[in-house]
Amino acid sequence: MAAQDKNNKDIFEYLLRLADDRLIIGHRLSEWCGHGPIVEEDIALANIALDCIGQATNLLKLAGEVEGEGRGEDDLAYFREAIDFRNLIMAELPKGDFAFTIARQFLYSAYSYLLLPKLAESKYEPLAAQAAKGLKENQYHLRHSSEWILRLGDGTQESHQRVQTALDDLWMYTGEMFEHDDLEQQLVKEGITVKSVELKPEWKKMVSDIISQATLKLPASDIYMMSGGRRGRHSEHLGHLLSEMQILARSFPDAKW
Amino acid sequence: MEATKEQIIQYLEEITDPEVPVLNIVELGIVRNVRYESDNLLVEITPTYSGCPAMRVIENAILSTLTEKGIEHVVIKTIFSPPWTTDWLTDEAKQKLKAYGIAPPEKVEKLNWMPFSNANKKVSCPFCDSSQTKLTSEFGSTACKSLYYCNNCQQPFEHFKCI
Repeated sequence: MAAQDKNNKDIFEYLLRLADDRLIIGHRLSEWCGHGPIVEEDIALANIALDCIGQATNLLKLAGEVEGEGRGEDDLAYFREAIDFRNLIMAELPKGDFAFTIARQFLYSAYSYLLLPKLAESKYEPLAAQAAKGLKENQYHLRHSSEWILRLGDGTQESHQRVQTALDDLWMYTGEMFEHDDLEQQLVKEGITVKSVELKPEWKKMVSDIISQATLKLPASDIYMMSGGRRGRHSEHLGHLLSEMQILARSFPDAKW
Repeated sequence: MEATKEQIIQYLEEITDPEVPVLNIVELGIVRNVRYESDNLLVEITPTYSGCPAMRVIENAILSTLTEKGIEHVVIKTIFSPPWTTDWLTDEAKQKLKAYGIAPPEKVEKLNWMPFSNANKKVSCPFCDSSQTKLTSEFGSTACKSLYYCNNCQQPFEHFKCI
C-alpha cells in the first residue's frame, strides 16, 4: 500500500510537469488572440493554444484521478499557487514580439515531438494514450513554428535580427527540458518515461538544421542554464500570468455559464 | 426491456456535431463503443482534437437524447486510445462534407513535421472540383479545418485536416 501511494505521488508529480508546460505555454499563446500580426496567424496561434490547453486539461484530469483527493482539472489549474506549478520557466516568459513567441514554440515543440513518441510507449497506459494523441497535434505545431523560423530568419534584416535575438534570449532556458532528477530516474526504472537527456542530441540536430537553413546562428551551448521550474521555483512572470488566468475562478468559485 | 446496442447507435446517430452539423457523432467516429456494464449503459467517446470545445456539448446531447428515449443510467466515458483519425470517416460522410462546402480529408500519411511538407498537397475545390488550389493556412475556424483558396473559381474554402 505504501509503495503504491509513493508510486501515485510520483506519477501525479510527473503529470503536473507535462500538464503545466502545456497550460502555461497555451495561455501565453492565447494572449495573441486579437493581436496577431495578420488574421491567419491570429487564428493559428489561437488554434495551437487550444490544442495545448486541451492537452493540459486531459493531463490534469488524469493527475487529479491519480492523486485521489477529489481535485479535478479546474481545481488544479485555477487553485494552485505559483510554487505548486511544475512547468518549464521558458513557458511562462512574457509573449514578447511575434519572433519570440515563434522561437519559444519552435524550441518547445521540437522537444515535445521527441518526448511524446517515447511516452506513447509508456507502461502507464493512460499516459501512453494521451501522448499518442498529442503527438498528432504536435506534428503540425512544429511544422508551423519551423516554417516561421525560416521565413523570419531568411526574411528582412529586421525579422532576422528579431528572431536571432529571441533565440539568444531563450537559449539559457532550454537546459531545463533535459534535466534528470530523482523523480525521472524512478519513473524511468518503472518504464513510465525515458531519460529526457537522451533526447537532447536529436533535439539539437533538429533545431540547428532549421536554424542554419534560416541563415541564423545557433546560440553557444556552454552558457549558464536556468533551472527550478520543475521544483516550483519560477520567475516573477508566472505569478502575474496566474493572477490573470485564475482571477475569474477565484472571484466566483464554481461559476458556470 | 433494455434497448439493443443497435438501437442505441441509431439514437446517437440523431446527434450532429455542433461545428460540422452535416455529420453525426457516430459517422465522425466520436462514438467508439456502447455497452451495458452492470446497471449502467456505458457510452465510450473519443475527442477529435484534445481541446475541441464541442466535446462538452456533445456529452450533454448524448445524455439528453438518451434520456428522452427512456434510457436510464447512462455513463459517458472519454477514451484516448486509439487516437481519433480522419481515416474513420466513411465515404458517405466525406461526400456529405463536400456537399456542405468542406473539402474532405484524404488518407492520413505518416507523421511529418517538416516545414512546408503540407504546402503542395493536392486538395480539390469542393465547389468546382479544380485541383488549382492553394493552402492559405493550416489553421481555420475550428481545430479540424485548414484554409485553402481555389485559383479556378476564385473562392476561399475549408479543408478537413487529415490527422
